[in-house]
Amino acid sequence: MSGARCVMDAADVRRAVRRIALELVERTRGGQGVALVGIRTRGEPLAHRIAAELREVEALEVPVGALDIAMYRDDVFESGSRVAVGQTHLPFDVNDRHIVLVDDVLFTGRTVRAALDALMDWGRPCRIQLAVLVDRGHRELPIQPDYVGMTLSTRVDESVRVRLAETDAGESDRDTVHLVSTPERVAAAERRRT
Amino acid sequence: MTTRRRHLLELASLEAGEITELLDVAESFQDITHRRIKKVPALRGMTVVLLFLEASTRTRTSFELAAKRLSADTLSVSGGTSSVVKGETLVDTARNLAAMSPDIVVLRHKHSGSPHLLARSIDASIVNAGDGGHEHPTQGLLDALTIRRHKGRIEGQRVAIIGDIAHSRVARSNIAALSKLGAEVTVCGPPTMLPHGVEALGCRATSDRDAAIRGADVVMMLRIQKERMTEELFPSDREYALRFGLDRAALGLAKPDVLVMHPGPINRGVELAPDVADGPESVILEQVANGIIVRMAVLYHCAGGAGGDT
Repeated sequence: MSGARCVMDAADVRRAVRRIALELVERTRGGQGVALVGIRTRGEPLAHRIAAELREVEALEVPVGALDIAMYRDDVFESGSRVAVGQTHLPFDVNDRHIVLVDDVLFTGRTVRAALDALMDWGRPCRIQLAVLVDRGHRELPIQPDYVGMTLSTRVDESVRVRLAETDAGESDRDTVHLVSTPERVAAAERRRT
Repeated sequence: MTTRRRHLLELASLEAGEITELLDVAESFQDITHRRIKKVPALRGMTVVLLFLEASTRTRTSFELAAKRLSADTLSVSGGTSSVVKGETLVDTARNLAAMSPDIVVLRHKHSGSPHLLARSIDASIVNAGDGGHEHPTQGLLDALTIRRHKGRIEGQRVAIIGDIAHSRVARSNIAALSKLGAEVTVCGPPTMLPHGVEALGCRATSDRDAAIRGADVVMMLRIQKERMTEELFPSDREYALRFGLDRAALGLAKPDVLVMHPGPINRGVELAPDVADGPESVILEQVANGIIVRMAVLYHCAGGAGGDT
């Protein structure tokens, strides 16, 4: 039952980011008033990559920020969860902005819920959209993405492991996305069922 | 609910890494202070009791604001208004409060070790907000944060702590935090105010003010605490000011980019000359601002949150 299956390599990630950037321009009428906000940690480099694509393909400069959501999670104090606290950096006024939240994996939707609350405490954006590299399903909240790099069917007990050159240099210098089914997760899922 | 109680009783028993983690978390709260909604929901639904059995305004209000910015509910019990004046013991007071199921109790008490006693007596996280002449851990943390923010690092900084070292819990917490983080700490005061064997805490000791200040990166002045003195330890305020106070001339011996710190409240003209207290080197009001974010980090940590990653 254990093992890791590669579902995206560096070229797939690059194409997915480029497609998200192109769709974003199309659906925001040229990207005016748009700001990208990456959810830390891996949403942040992805937001910068989308911004770089926009610069290259459309000569469009959009501001990029990073949002840390540790203080907004609904599982901060549950046993076993250790959420590292990081810094939020929003170098622009979020009021009346069209914000595109960026994250690596969309799963239960709870992270996005926390990010929405965090963002609202900074001001009142005119619109918030969501871009994710991988949508793996199994939502626990009514949240859906606007831009998706890849839709992946998964089982609840599997996990999606994203490794990006910027954040995981020690582990991998190339971008990869793996679908992992670890024995521990299987065991935990079985415990929940019984 | 499984309780994984975490306390902050003293800095002396913390590892350098744990102190750095608290400072990093505090740093992440800085941005909240500058936005319109100065609140995060992390401690929503939790109760923080502020049990201040000794006079304190700034530490209590700082803790109260910190708890509120984390969305906790606060309950303030202070010495003059509590049943302590009717003769109730600390543990009985605490047990009565414990019956109201607080998550965190912040204690200020005139006796050293009372937070430790409380931690053994009731089922809540205990935060020491100053216990007698022992420690004032959040003051030590906020001073360390203030130094780090200005100098970039604490390691290698030369810090002079001048004043009534013997009666000062602020000095003890600062010596613990700063020496663990690699600073060179020198304490200075009249011989009557320098405890024997203070060097064992990891600092140098002298009664020569100018020697302590020479080449210092940070000069931390302590308040003369007349309320804690049981006997006259120096002849007069004026003589103390001349030999151990910080004025422009004495400050000239320190490095040009020296920081002047003071835990407050200041006795102007005694330990600190007014023009130094208000001078460009003074970071006294920044200490107050940093106190809030440090206390947020401590409350968040004691409630069970994790550390920083930066």
